[in-house]
Amino acid sequence: MSDEVMYLYAVTDADLGDAEIDDMRAVDGAAVHIIAEAPVAAVVSAVDAERFSASALRRNLENLQWLEDVARAHNAVVSDLAHRRPVAPVRLATVFANTENVRALLRTRAQDFVAALDRVRGRREWAVKGFVGLTDPPSAAAGSTDTLSPGRSYLERRRAERDSHTRHIEEASTEADAIHNRLVKLTLANRRYPPQDRRLSGYRDEMVLNAAYLLPAGAEIEFRRVVDEYHEGHLRLELSGPWAPYSFATLEGDQ
Amino acid sequence: MTLAGPRDELALVDLLDRLLAGGVVLTGDITISLANVDLVHISLRALISSVSTLVEP
Repeated sequence: MSDEVMYLYAVTDADLGDAEIDDMRAVDGAAVHIIAEAPVAAVVSAVDAERFSASALRRNLENLQWLEDVARAHNAVVSDLAHRRPVAPVRLATVFANTENVRALLRTRAQDFVAALDRVRGRREWAVKGFVGLTDPPSAAAGSTDTLSPGRSYLERRRAERDSHTRHIEEASTEADAIHNRLVKLTLANRRYPPQDRRLSGYRDEMVLNAAYLLPAGAEIEFRRVVDEYHEGHLRLELSGPWAPYSFATLEGDQ
Repeated sequence: MTLAGPRDELALVDLLDRLLAGGVVLTGDITISLANVDLVHISLRALISSVSTLVEP
């Protein structure tokens, strides 16, 4: 009888103790378990085999509420751990048939996990997003359309607005590249994500920077100061973190 | 400036940036791999359409 499978959250050093995971709640409210195979340990919980089968997952990943519940539970476990110790978070919904298969993974990839943990040891991930407001009414071409017919004049005005909007975004993107390059100099690694769709993020402004940075503890004050005091051009910055090192605890061969 | 601690409500979209595109990619032995870009794409498309239905009249 095997109607439960192992959901894997993260890999950490093998000295993880039960006391550190006692109060954690996992996906579906289940308890968190440790599978240690020195020098590393996996943090897992049992999930229903039916709900986490390949076909069910395909279906469930398109269910916003399901996706949100699992994502938040996953992040709760990972970020709790990350506040105490180095972790290599695993991608959402990685499931193994049983404990022995997780052990086998830890044995065969031990050196890769150790390398990933060493990359983030004593370091934290911070995120910076850059926005450009789209509220400025473009005034381009005013007056120059006087001699045109009303219809033609309207089209010309629309075209001018569109051009001005595009220019606005281009200028902000150039500013985003510049501040990103400044931040990169303060950090050990960085990763740029595609700007989020406004329909998803709920932001009114256009996102032109969506980046993650890996910082040694000693660089955090300066990094945060630079972001905080940034008041240049069209760009507005937003800082979040510290995050568990999702963007940086990757294994060789990962993207 | 937002400082999101572990107990704060994080924006789902920020979370998904990391959970679907970051993290260690392993192939679980009974499951799909989220390394499969198409699947993530499909899932985000579903997300966008469900959010749009909520937001747009």
